[in-house]
Amino acid sequence: MDFTLSMEQEILRKSVRDFAENEIRPVAKELDEREEFSYETMQKMAELGLFGMVVSETYGGQGMDYLSYIIATEEIARVDGSHAATVAAGNSLGIGPIYYYGNEEQKQKYLPKLCSGEALWGFGLTEPNAGSDAGNSKTTAILDGDEWVVNGSKIFITNASTEISAGVTALCRTGTRDDGRPELSCIIVEAGTPGYEARPMHGKMMWRASNTSELYFEDCRVPKENLLGERGHGFHQMLETLDKGRLSIGAMGLGGAQGCFEMALRYARERVQFGKPIAHFQVNSFKLADMAMEIECARLLLYKACWLCDNDKPFGKEAAMAKLYCSEVMYRCANHAVQLHGGYGLMKEYDVERFYRDQKLLEIGEGTSEVQRIVISRYIGAI
Amino acid sequence: MNIIVCLKQVPDTETQIKIAPDGKSIVEDDIKWIMNPYDEFGVEEALRIKEKFGGEVTVVGLGPKRVTEAIRTALAMGADKGILITDDALEGSDSLATAKALTAAIKDLDYDIIFTGQRGIDDDLGLVGASVAEFLGIPHIALGIKVEIADDQSSVKVHRPVEGQTLVIESPLPVLITAQKGLNEPRYASLPGIMKAKKKPLEEKSLADLGVDASEFGEAARKLKIIELTPPPERKAGKIIEGETPQEKAAELAKLLHEEAKVL
Ligand SMILES: Cc1cc2nc3c(=O)[nH]c(=O)nc-3n(C[C@H](O)[C@H](O)[C@H](O)COP(=O)(O)OP(=O)(O)OC[C@H]3O[C@@H](n4cnc5c(N)ncnc54)[C@H](O)[C@@H]3O)c2cc1C
Ligand SMILES: Cc1cc2nc3c(=O)[nH]c(=O)nc-3n(C[C@H](O)[C@H](O)[C@H](O)COP(=O)(O)OP(=O)(O)OC[C@H]3O[C@@H](n4cnc5c(N)ncnc54)[C@H](O)[C@@H]3O)c2cc1C
Repeated sequence: MDFTLSMEQEILRKSVRDFAENEIRPVAKELDEREEFSYETMQKMAELGLFGMVVSETYGGQGMDYLSYIIATEEIARVDGSHAATVAAGNSLGIGPIYYYGNEEQKQKYLPKLCSGEALWGFGLTEPNAGSDAGNSKTTAILDGDEWVVNGSKIFITNASTEISAGVTALCRTGTRDDGRPELSCIIVEAGTPGYEARPMHGKMMWRASNTSELYFEDCRVPKENLLGERGHGFHQMLETLDKGRLSIGAMGLGGAQGCFEMALRYARERVQFGKPIAHFQVNSFKLADMAMEIECARLLLYKACWLCDNDKPFGKEAAMAKLYCSEVMYRCANHAVQLHGGYGLMKEYDVERFYRDQKLLEIGEGTSEVQRIVISRYIGAI
Repeated sequence: MNIIVCLKQVPDTETQIKIAPDGKSIVEDDIKWIMNPYDEFGVEEALRIKEKFGGEVTVVGLGPKRVTEAIRTALAMGADKGILITDDALEGSDSLATAKALTAAIKDLDYDIIFTGQRGIDDDLGLVGASVAEFLGIPHIALGIKVEIADDQSSVKVHRPVEGQTLVIESPLPVLITAQKGLNEPRYASLPGIMKAKKKPLEEKSLADLGVDASEFGEAARKLKIIELTPPPERKAGKIIEGETPQEKAAELAKLLHEEAKVL
């Protein structure tokens, strides 16, 4: 077994870490407070090359492996969840489906501007009445001559309503299969198409500087060519996209946990009560020891899942485990970190307060923890 | 404009330094290594000059194989090629020997400007830059915070801070400039840059390749010998000045500075 990262991965980690510390850390708190998506940091992240990380150079991507992408996401999440969300959703959910299922023309048309970060793209799966049960999507796309006519709505769609959002890949019912079940397909809808509206959602507890949207389709007509991949394969495409997406949610849990751990360790060594640094009380040092241990386990599990993916081996089970485990590790780390900060950990002045809130999404988005346990239960043959 | 940047790998500033049992060196096991920050200013300045005038940037590093990472980082930032001087006989070399080895690697290259950091943040000696210039027989300008190349590319003006003033020094090329904080804001190694760096040439050279005598290097040849390393003394607790009014507190402070600290 060889646990060493490549030199490129080490350089990447250092560079993204420095970037996150210098460019994101100073503004993260304020953007969170104002619930504001920042075009400025978005542009800086794009210039660094954080979009299209695993896409080949032909389409303007970086041609890196999955593990590198995960390390970069982890380093952004170590500093701020919202920015990591923009990156993870941008790569896995926005770019992913077009890159993996798009035809040459679609790839040429959309990928270069998505990889340069000039534009963002949404992944439209969830609906008001179809969350965990995403296969129950009600949005329809009916072929009328040379056009699909889309009707319905989507909710909680990341990166879909910024000023640079260029469109969405939407899961739609395109007909009925022979067995009577709905035929689901992915349809590309560009921003600005009449009948399509993307509205930012406000009032989020977490990821407040990440863009989340409600989408409305009202007799929205798009060309027949906007079908992504094969008709009837939409749900399968979405599930495969989520398999990979889980790795990036795992990275957000891992990076967030690492950030919590570092803040907690620093604070506990400095804060003096009863005449000593609170880290010296065993109940506290044991919390820190548990955090360090769980982060180590989380990293091994996540990197192994990436290794499987990079080596073209089945990775679905490990991706679900990594997503679940990393988000729960961050849950415990954020909780410990706030506890170690005492009353100060409840105040916005301290970043742990934001990490504590941001953590919660990881147990809900891209398949809740319960759904991950269902997925794992199926893989291990329990159900 | 062909530019050479010498770079060193140093412990990350966040590293907790521990003294090794021999009392003369530090424990290197847990250290994260980074490019010396002053050298990073040199790399950035070299890249900016190249972007303006064209030419090539070569980075030269010295040390064990791990130094490759610092060189690759410079290549990822945009430098064109790298040279790593690596040889077991170099272990424990002092600044003068380091400068000699760098000189041997540089002397036959085509260069207009050489950048080094003004000092390494580890040993803090600040000797290598000046020594290389001396060995090469070229002018040396220390502590550059601004570098202006003449339009005809035959000379350079370097700004150097001196006690709140700025000294502007002009020199013909080639010249060696040591980089000081303030010279620029180094760029990040971008992701495309990191991928491109993989394919850039990086040559390794031993002392024999450089045609120098190995006995002039290493621990035994040191002119400066480290006798002992000691950790900095632990900071003592501060003192809170008591008093009802600011006037009272100021008077108390003045008294303590005079009688206890004996600085007034
Ligand atoms: C900030 C944010 C960003 C998002 N970004 C996107 C995006 O870009 N694209 C997109 O398509 N979606 C996105 N989502 C939606 C997200 O994927 C869903 O919220 C998630 O899948 C859960 O669906 P739901 O909210 O409808 O909850 P529900 O499915 O209603 O679940 C409610 C609870 O019931 C549990 N539950 C449901 N079914 C079962 C079961 N069979 N067994 C046991 N427990 C069950 C769940 O685990 C959960 O605890 C985002 C959500 C948020 C909050
Ligand atoms: C919203 C809010 C309202 C409040 N209202 C009031 C109020 O009305 N009046 C008032 O007087 N105070 C009030 N407080 C202060 C509150 O009681 C303190 O925050 C609390 O006692 C913890 O102290 P601390 O924040 O300084 O944390 P610290 O004492 O610094 O504790 C930090 C961490 O170290 C641990 N720790 C400390 N000492 C030990 C030890 N010996 N062994 C093991 N672990 C240890 C703690 O359990 C904690 O996890 C309020 C705080 C908040 C946030």
